[in-house]
Amino acid sequence: MASPSTTAEALAPERASTSDSYLTHEKGIASWIFTLDHKRIGVMYLIGVISAFALGGFFALGVRAELFTPGRTLMDADTYNQFFTLHGAVMVFLVIIPGIPAALGNFVLPIQLGAKDVAFPRLNLASFHLWMLGAIFLLLSLFISAADTGWTFYTPYSTTTNTAVIPATFGAFVLGFSSIFTGLNFIVTLHKLRPPGMTWFKMPLFLWAIYATGIMQVLATPVLGITLLMLIVERAFGIGIFDPALGGDPVLFQHFFWFYSHPAVYIMVVPAFGVISEIIPVFSRKRIFGYSFIALSSVAIAILGFLVWGHHMFTSGQSVLVGTIFSAITMLIAIPTAIKVFNWLSTMYKGSIHLDTPMLYALAFLWVFTIGGVTGLFLSTMSTDVHLHDTYFVVAHFHYVMMGGAITAFFGGLHYWWPKITARMYNERTGRIGAAIVFVGLNVTFFPQFILGTRGMPRRYYNYLPEFQELHQLSTIGAFVLGTGFLITAVSLLNSLRKKPDAPMNPWGSATLEWTVSSPPPYYNFHHTPTVTKGPYDYDDLEYDEKTRGYVLKKEASAS
Amino acid sequence: MSNALIAPLVAALQPAATPFPESDSFWMPKSASTGAGDVDSLYFFIYWTSVVSVAAVVLAMVYLIWKFRSKGRSASDRAQSQHDHSTAMEVVWSVLPLPFVIAMFYFGFKGFVDLRTPPKGSAEVHVTGQKWSWSFTHKGGCNDNVLHVPVNKPVRLVISSMDVLHSVWVPNFRVKMDAVPGRYTDLWFTATETGEFPLECAEYCGTSHSNMLSKVIVESQDAYDTYLSECGKVDISAEGGKVLFEKKGCPTCHSIDGSPKVGPSMKSLWGKEETLTSGTAKVDENYIRESILEPQAKVVQGFPPAMPTYKGQLSDDEITALIEYIKSLK
Repeated sequence: MASPSTTAEALAPERASTSDSYLTHEKGIASWIFTLDHKRIGVMYLIGVISAFALGGFFALGVRAELFTPGRTLMDADTYNQFFTLHGAVMVFLVIIPGIPAALGNFVLPIQLGAKDVAFPRLNLASFHLWMLGAIFLLLSLFISAADTGWTFYTPYSTTTNTAVIPATFGAFVLGFSSIFTGLNFIVTLHKLRPPGMTWFKMPLFLWAIYATGIMQVLATPVLGITLLMLIVERAFGIGIFDPALGGDPVLFQHFFWFYSHPAVYIMVVPAFGVISEIIPVFSRKRIFGYSFIALSSVAIAILGFLVWGHHMFTSGQSVLVGTIFSAITMLIAIPTAIKVFNWLSTMYKGSIHLDTPMLYALAFLWVFTIGGVTGLFLSTMSTDVHLHDTYFVVAHFHYVMMGGAITAFFGGLHYWWPKITARMYNERTGRIGAAIVFVGLNVTFFPQFILGTRGMPRRYYNYLPEFQELHQLSTIGAFVLGTGFLITAVSLLNSLRKKPDAPMNPWGSATLEWTVSSPPPYYNFHHTPTVTKGPYDYDDLEYDEKTRGYVLKKEASAS
Repeated sequence: MSNALIAPLVAALQPAATPFPESDSFWMPKSASTGAGDVDSLYFFIYWTSVVSVAAVVLAMVYLIWKFRSKGRSASDRAQSQHDHSTAMEVVWSVLPLPFVIAMFYFGFKGFVDLRTPPKGSAEVHVTGQKWSWSFTHKGGCNDNVLHVPVNKPVRLVISSMDVLHSVWVPNFRVKMDAVPGRYTDLWFTATETGEFPLECAEYCGTSHSNMLSKVIVESQDAYDTYLSECGKVDISAEGGKVLFEKKGCPTCHSIDGSPKVGPSMKSLWGKEETLTSGTAKVDENYIRESILEPQAKVVQGFPPAMPTYKGQLSDDEITALIEYIKSLK
């Protein structure tokens, strides 16, 4: 070892004192709201994101309950339209985009880097305050007259409807800045604050994923900002950018919107790849397979993700040539995505697989995300997309990717880092039951929607032909199963908070730096910047210790 | 709720709706156009590629869990190997999907070009979307809210919208195209079977988006010719007005049984003193005429100003027939 003292020193149990943890360092509500500590900001994001997830879930269950019968079941058509708009806007802008990077990433990234904080702590706090402000505006529209445009805000519907579109789009505009700040901060942090010994290709893959995400956030989100601003100006002053009655072009809005929102799909799912790349090797006790291919495939997806937005517009009247180019580039994204799946599977080969809750979520991710991925092929193929566009097939596809991919990974990551964040071990039994019910609910909810879509059921329909009723009912039942799974998970996690702190420093035997500090981490993370001497997936020098129910350095390793 | 209870409810909500004809495929609706076969073949090529890929990943995963499951956490718990790289394998699984996605792209492109290229000499029908009904105008001016087409003849739809985005979708023909205000888009098909096929709005357009349904009636050339020659003759009577009322999609927003929908019900409307957003008005010939041609001039209290104008879409005779019909709804 080049610098034998460092890792060993950080791992020494006497340093694991919780007396000055980030949770106890300062007291009072102001010490949270105005904190510059990335960990506290991460926890506040986490609470915000999970609350928003509950709200978005409520709207989702409202939508599914309404669709239990054709015609009116619970609410009128206008309320239904507001429900699915709010469901989409809340889940996209308040939950999935900030979910992994801003909540989990904020907490984990600096510690994984052996750093005391992100590069710009004040910018980090500003990002969280903007998130709150954006959330307030987005939800404000609820109390005026909630937007009924769908989360896509397509013109000219959005410029002519008499619901409160301006507060909602302004909320999304502000949330965009929050996202840009986070992305920028993380990019700089990863460039400037890596510890001695941690070269780019010795970074944990979670950090590669956050890096690729940051690039997309910084380059794509401003376009959304400008687009939404133009929409607001169009609505307020009728200047005629998008409204054909004033000489504008409604298809232009779609180009602008998807120029952001397609990369945004990868802003949502690439961090999920990062979480899965952490969980699978740790719970297989084996080095990740094909490290550099997984790392670079995230970057490839980030770059290609910018060049495919037109595949949302094959039936918009866009020219055949343009559509062809978008279709071809979209197909290429299948390659880096497949590379990741194969590498994750190979990591499990000859491993020693532990089926704890985070791993169950990771395995669910592999299954469900693969279905989400291959169903993308039907939609990137132009002639089949003509039939499937704007149907339930698309709804099923992106829920398999977003819900089955991003949310499943988020919950996997939440369970994985929960002991580090809260210093409590959640109940493994209820955790697993929650994960299993979520997996079943997810498939029962969304698989029937593939069939609905191919058979002729358009999306965003309040009413439907009687022949679609059975599949809709199955999907609704699935949604309530899914809701139950998340409820069990929430109770299980919250319940663990009532116990005394009992989490060991390294319960899963991970080799990344956040597991070399106490649980919960000390206020300053590290007293000295650690020197990295081994890879992030090198488990050889760790062994399980029955007494602490966590992993410690092997005797011979710690003695050396 | 049983289907028997739902059926009348749905019928009331969707005046022009028709059920899908029975299909012999689990996934796809019955194919009823010359282009549908190619789309379906490609669909099933992707489908089977996907089934095999997902099955391979899931089976591999289940096998790996079963084979390499740990006995539990202990000091001796170790992976059997730490092998973490194989360039050969990376190359194989990077290249393996390529021929499949190239094939999907190529046949998708070919199929798309076919879908976008109407044959010379196609019959043309103009389609106009408007919140929340479709209007189909044939050569010679015949205008209807259901689409009649001759069987085995290529038909090109020239599509536009009066207000927001809509999208014409005929699932049985595997064709779809957005209706964009301010420009024309088009699609074409050759129907291969006579019968009725649902036509749906696929692009979200507000309150009654899901009731913006119509149907394609595919009929023999003779029946189509008869339809065109009889279309446009107006029967100025309550009966003629009833036919028009349904044909123009009025029941999407106006009931005839007294229940309020998007707009006021037509039942017992004649002669009534309506409370407007400002002032009142007596329902007479001029009130109805104005409400059809300039719907925003007088808006009844409690209803949104949602009605589009029918200026240029109804002749004076047709408006008179509608007035006669409303008079008859006591």
